[in-house]
Amino acid sequence: MNYFQLFDLPASFELDLTELGSRYLALQRKFHPDNYAAASNRDRLMSVQQTANINDAYHSLKQPLLRAEHLLALRGLKISHEQRSFTDPVFLMQQMELREQLEEISSSDNPDDAIMAVEQQLQQQRKVLLKQLAAALEANTAEQNQQAAELVRKLKFFFKLQHELELIEQQIQD
Amino acid sequence: MALLQIAEPGQSAAPHHHKLAAGIDLGTTNSLVAAVRSGQAGTLSNAAGVDMIPSVVRYGPERTDVGQAAVTAAAADASNTIFSIKRLMGKGYAETQPLAELLPYQLVDQGGLAAVATREGVKNPVEVSAEILATLADTASQVLGGELNGVVITVPAYFDDAQRQATKDAAKLAGLNVLRLLNEPTAAALAYGLDSGQEGVIAVYDLGGGTFDISILRLKRGVFEVLATGGDSALGGDDFDQLIVGWLQQQTGQQKLSHTGRRQYLTVARKLKEQLTDNESADYGFTADEQAHSGSLTRAEFDKLCSALVKKTIRSCRQVLRDADLTPDEVAKVVMVGGSTRVPLVRQLVGEFFATEPLTSIDPDKVVALGAAIQANVLVGNKAEHETLLLDVIPLSLGLETMGGLTEKVIPRNTVIPVARAQEFTTFKDGQTAMAIHVLQGERELVEDCRSLARFELRGIPPMPAGGAHIKVTFQVDADGLLSVSAEEKSTGVAAGIQVKPSYGLTDDQVAAMISGSMQHARQDMQQRLLREQQVEADRVLEAVGAALTQDGVLLEPDELAEIKSALTTLAQVRQQEDTAAIKAAIEHTNTLTDDFAARRMDKSIRQALQGHKVDEV
Repeated sequence: MNYFQLFDLPASFELDLTELGSRYLALQRKFHPDNYAAASNRDRLMSVQQTANINDAYHSLKQPLLRAEHLLALRGLKISHEQRSFTDPVFLMQQMELREQLEEISSSDNPDDAIMAVEQQLQQQRKVLLKQLAAALEANTAEQNQQAAELVRKLKFFFKLQHELELIEQQIQD
Repeated sequence: MALLQIAEPGQSAAPHHHKLAAGIDLGTTNSLVAAVRSGQAGTLSNAAGVDMIPSVVRYGPERTDVGQAAVTAAAADASNTIFSIKRLMGKGYAETQPLAELLPYQLVDQGGLAAVATREGVKNPVEVSAEILATLADTASQVLGGELNGVVITVPAYFDDAQRQATKDAAKLAGLNVLRLLNEPTAAALAYGLDSGQEGVIAVYDLGGGTFDISILRLKRGVFEVLATGGDSALGGDDFDQLIVGWLQQQTGQQKLSHTGRRQYLTVARKLKEQLTDNESADYGFTADEQAHSGSLTRAEFDKLCSALVKKTIRSCRQVLRDADLTPDEVAKVVMVGGSTRVPLVRQLVGEFFATEPLTSIDPDKVVALGAAIQANVLVGNKAEHETLLLDVIPLSLGLETMGGLTEKVIPRNTVIPVARAQEFTTFKDGQTAMAIHVLQGERELVEDCRSLARFELRGIPPMPAGGAHIKVTFQVDADGLLSVSAEEKSTGVAAGIQVKPSYGLTDDQVAAMISGSMQHARQDMQQRLLREQQVEADRVLEAVGAALTQDGVLLEPDELAEIKSALTTLAQVRQQEDTAAIKAAIEHTNTLTDDFAARRMDKSIRQALQGHKVDEV
């Protein structure tokens, strides 16, 4: 299913989230089962299925990474659920360094500062990669799409690190 | 599409035909019914002039009494007087056993479900609740002057599939048309939101007698969106009473109390609590177990007593905000629900945490029923231009068991419903033709800490190398929170489907324990998870290298082969122990030893591929 089509939005990475949000709510308002509280079972079921689709589409377009994945899937590049390892030594080194920093947080003298420092780095890196991703998806050539897929794979690692950082932060706070 | 041609509420109703609808707050202790009349929501009183009735049913020798009449007879006929039935809704018999000792009526096993033995025969919670619902609906019909077209019934945010289903069944049994089941905190927000037309993020802080719920909602252009819910189902106003009882006992030195004495202390404690709502200090004077006591409790002392409890609720607030990805200052309004929110310290600490004065203008005991009435009026079609849209979420994550006893979340809690979500899994062994699917509910990492919802098996997977088959498992949750699961092997389309209809639900305690457990045990969970991950990884390495040796062992020199085999033996031994680091090291050692071997196998594969390619070119 083409989620952009569902919301009648251009299939582009640059997306007006406010517009997406209001279209989402408009569709929900139309199809939500509450509107069919007095309708037949079949119509209620259809309303449930339709709203489930709308929720899924919104979920997938709202987040940049999922949106990029969906866009690439529409262009014939399926990268979700794939098993693939990286060959870029610079990226791998960087990941290892960040991972070491994460591990050192709990034993550091000032964990809060350490968390802030890693968080800033992650944000910085994400920003750079997202910018590159936007440009690659905008170009929309076979080569650039491959590049975009690679950037998505890398970004996934950064989001994973972010998640782990949040877990560490929670543990320290508790 | 046919869907578009269906008349929507507001359009379907003839403009001048007002339909009768009511909102029902079916509570553990008390129940209320409310309706919108002349554009104003209000509670409805019965012939005795009472709007709030005890949620009690007595199966008497001549007739069945509901409410105050049942309570009056309770002392003389305890075994036929049913209260707190809400705690038994959608529960299995076995899991209600801890309650059995506390209840003066007899619990029996009705096909695995909890039920009550009365002089009128075995009554299940659905039947008992139906009596209460029918009584409330009667009141509404009499006041409104006609049969009800539909009702909205409120349920706790934590109610699971079985409990929601049981509530719906009770309404059906009472002959009521359920327009929707509504989460209690959401109903409260509706009561305030529609009246004031506020926009922004709203927190609903609901501290009842025995439970605490916190919900975060977003209000925007008439849309109520539930962003997250959380809380503690074993924390409430009763705990405040117990703390005061404890304090009183310290003052009086009377540690051992008879049953009656204990009840006297409790009555005094409640009175003190109520007086301290408006006064800086409250006096007491009473006699219990033939000892007379008098003194006073100050607000400051009371605050000190309950500060730990209130702070616990604030921690839940912080957690639920985190789930909603918000900070306290982003919350524009805080709605207070439940009698216990009259405690000044609660108002003060909640106000401080959210940095805003909590809303208390609507009676916290009635606000839920009023919100339900407003929603019922909308859904039945009385508002021509209704703008209200309520987006609900699932209260607990749904997931599947994966290798090593771990839970893989498929739909995280607080996802907007209805929702359909698919997850792909691969086979673990070469030639694997069947896969067991275990559906779970809960927040914890390990399967044993989550609630098992259902198990089923997918058969007939075509034999493929490990990881070759792709199994797509789809979860669908409808607007009422009911789940169905299906599974399919992608390349062949082999399918298996089940309807998940749990015969029982999670106990409130289990739900609360699961969520709070996932925080308190986060560290231990993570360590166990890491261990299991390493064990799974070890199994994968053992399997893969084993298969490679069988296939391409000839590529190795005898001494290399011996070295790898010895590494595998070590790995297999270490894997059985609980030392994550040692397993990791053994895996790394094996990986290092087999690097060259892997490279050689790779070369061999490339050569084979190139050979085929060259043949083509010739």
